[in-house]
Amino acid sequence: MKIAVCVKYVPEANAPKRIDPETKRLDRSVDGALNPFDVHAVEEALRIKETSGDGEVVLVSLGTERTLEALRRALAMGADRSVLVADDAAAGSDLVATSRVLSRALEREQPDLVLFGQQASDSDGAVLWAAVADLLHMPLVSQAAELALTDGRARAKRQTEFGYDVIEAPLPAVIAVSDAINEPRYPSLKGIMGAKRKPQETVSLTDLGLDGEDAGEAGSLTEVYALLDPPARGDSLKIEDTGDAAEQIVEFLADRRLL
Amino acid sequence: MSILVFLEHHGADLQKGSLGALTKAASLGDPDVAGVVVGHSVRSVAPQAGKFGASRVFVADDPSLGPALPQPRVDVLERLIRQRGFDTVLFAASVLAADVAAGLAARLGAGLNWDLTDLVRQEGRLVGTRPALGDSVYVDVGWKSEPRLALIRSGSFEAAATGGQAELEDLDFELQEFSQAATMVDQAHEESEGPSIEDADVIVAGGRGLGKPESFALVEELARALGGAVGATRAVVDAGWYPYAAQVGQTGKTVSPKLYIGCGISGAIQHKVGMQSSSVIVAINKDPNAPIFEYADLGVVGDLHEIVPKLTQLVRARKAR
Ligand SMILES: Cc1cc2nc3c(=O)[nH]c(=O)nc-3n(C[C@H](O)[C@H](O)[C@H](O)COP(=O)(O)OP(=O)(O)OC[C@H]3O[C@@H](n4cnc5c(N)ncnc54)[C@H](O)[C@@H]3O)c2cc1C
Ligand SMILES: Nc1ncnc2c1ncn2[C@@H]1O[C@H](COP(=O)(O)O)[C@@H](O)[C@H]1O
Repeated sequence: MKIAVCVKYVPEANAPKRIDPETKRLDRSVDGALNPFDVHAVEEALRIKETSGDGEVVLVSLGTERTLEALRRALAMGADRSVLVADDAAAGSDLVATSRVLSRALEREQPDLVLFGQQASDSDGAVLWAAVADLLHMPLVSQAAELALTDGRARAKRQTEFGYDVIEAPLPAVIAVSDAINEPRYPSLKGIMGAKRKPQETVSLTDLGLDGEDAGEAGSLTEVYALLDPPARGDSLKIEDTGDAAEQIVEFLADRRLL
Repeated sequence: MSILVFLEHHGADLQKGSLGALTKAASLGDPDVAGVVVGHSVRSVAPQAGKFGASRVFVADDPSLGPALPQPRVDVLERLIRQRGFDTVLFAASVLAADVAAGLAARLGAGLNWDLTDLVRQEGRLVGTRPALGDSVYVDVGWKSEPRLALIRSGSFEAAATGGQAELEDLDFELQEFSQAATMVDQAHEESEGPSIEDADVIVAGGRGLGKPESFALVEELARALGGAVGATRAVVDAGWYPYAAQVGQTGKTVSPKLYIGCGISGAIQHKVGMQSSSVIVAINKDPNAPIFEYADLGVVGDLHEIVPKLTQLVRARKAR
């Protein structure tokens, strides 16, 4: 069983986030990490591998060279190797361009299962898997909060606006998992040491049989015109608890006649 | 401009969000807004769209389209768009619509902008507004080619009935083999019982920051002290910590109490769309960078396990006075 997990390198939760007014792209020079939602997908892949007793977990990512270090953390958790598509010509790829690149990278791997996270924390799209599934001609299940694999079929439970669905699909399939599916493990010291020796491949668009027209801004069909300030908020207050937060909340509520 | 709106239905009703998208489409200056309904036994559902601005509704009605799965819908929409050449296709965000829109984007090689809170015509071109980075910046976005695909954030556009009539037209379709591979094997559509949190004046909601299901007792006690109801995030509902009926957000309830207190909730967009119209929002979160602080009236950076029990005591003491 070969499981590919699509993971993205995103600005770290605590890094100052901004869109560069020049390029109108997210400033990616700040410290980054693996998208926290994707760590759940990695964990799920590892559990499937462990339950089935054999298999391979391959991380697949489109990003800059800096992604390599973040990928090592997922290798330390137990993934077997990584494939990074890093190419200047791919910078600024939108949904369609990204799905084109990732599906090519996935085709090379011929996985039995392709896992995605719930959403990229920098884009909040929660859409990419559907584009990739279409290009790969694979069945799709998104928002999976539970996943079981038996006899070459995946069975997933997921929430929609109306309650719960249980969906089955034959493998190979694309499954995007919700952040409730598991509690990701921390890498062990042994895992961290071992990760340094795991294979990390970096490929270019050319290696995937693509050219500059297929990806990056040239291959994108959406564009950003302008950046604007959000609408002004009313008065808001932020306090740090130094022992009397409860008192301050009560005071705030009383002031607004909510108590 | 020729706009097509994907009309999602549930049972005998078209969804409010889809009708809102239709209302918006009708306001953009296209005299001939079309809708499309895909499902089983949906012919009787389609005419509702006329009242909200559709002059024509395409209907794909077949048992094979019954389950709410995205991939067959991509097949139906691809064919319709190739035949009729719509230049813009709108989708109101939902679990189903997002997957249909993105699958269609790949199929047609079309640009998709998501999470739009507005759409306007500016100097002849269509411009979408997308709040980004936890809504801390607003981005004006557009499309370089047609068709333009747009996913609209839940709750962005009100559905306004104007009272027109739509002509229905049946669609031919053909499903790809891989589109039929996924199957719906079970569905549990919960009808909630008891008083709904939608009517509560005060909601105290808990998220994964509670750490374990047992900690929901802290939230329940505070809610009781305030005479309010308990809410929850999808993360804790999906993990089985609290019932679905209490979930607030895109796939849960939309609430607008006088007071909303979020405990250990990060404040993801999909949660925000369900509670942003609360009159007063208080957030307790130990991470000073949590997105919920972007829209809380009172943000408290601290450990909920310390703060919430004290707060409950103080509220009780005050009410006893
Ligand atoms: C299509 C779709 C639909 C969705 N629909 C919904 C929906 O309807 N409703 C919904 O809620 N979500 C929905 N989501 C999920 C949403 O994106 C988030 O994943 C979810 O809301 C996160 O829940 P959370 O805040 O409980 O968990 P987390 O994001 O894990 O946040 C937990 C927070 O608790 C804080 N914390 C931890 N310990 C403490 C402590 N001791 N004291 C104080 N704070 C602490 C942390 O700093 C963190 O900010 C949807 C997602 C998608 C893709
Ligand atoms: N550049 C990328 N490389 C690899 N996987 C990605 C990339 N961007 C997004 N993904 C995957 O797609 C999921 C959804 O992303 P999005 O639709 O952008 O929110 C993420 O959780 C990842 O699993």
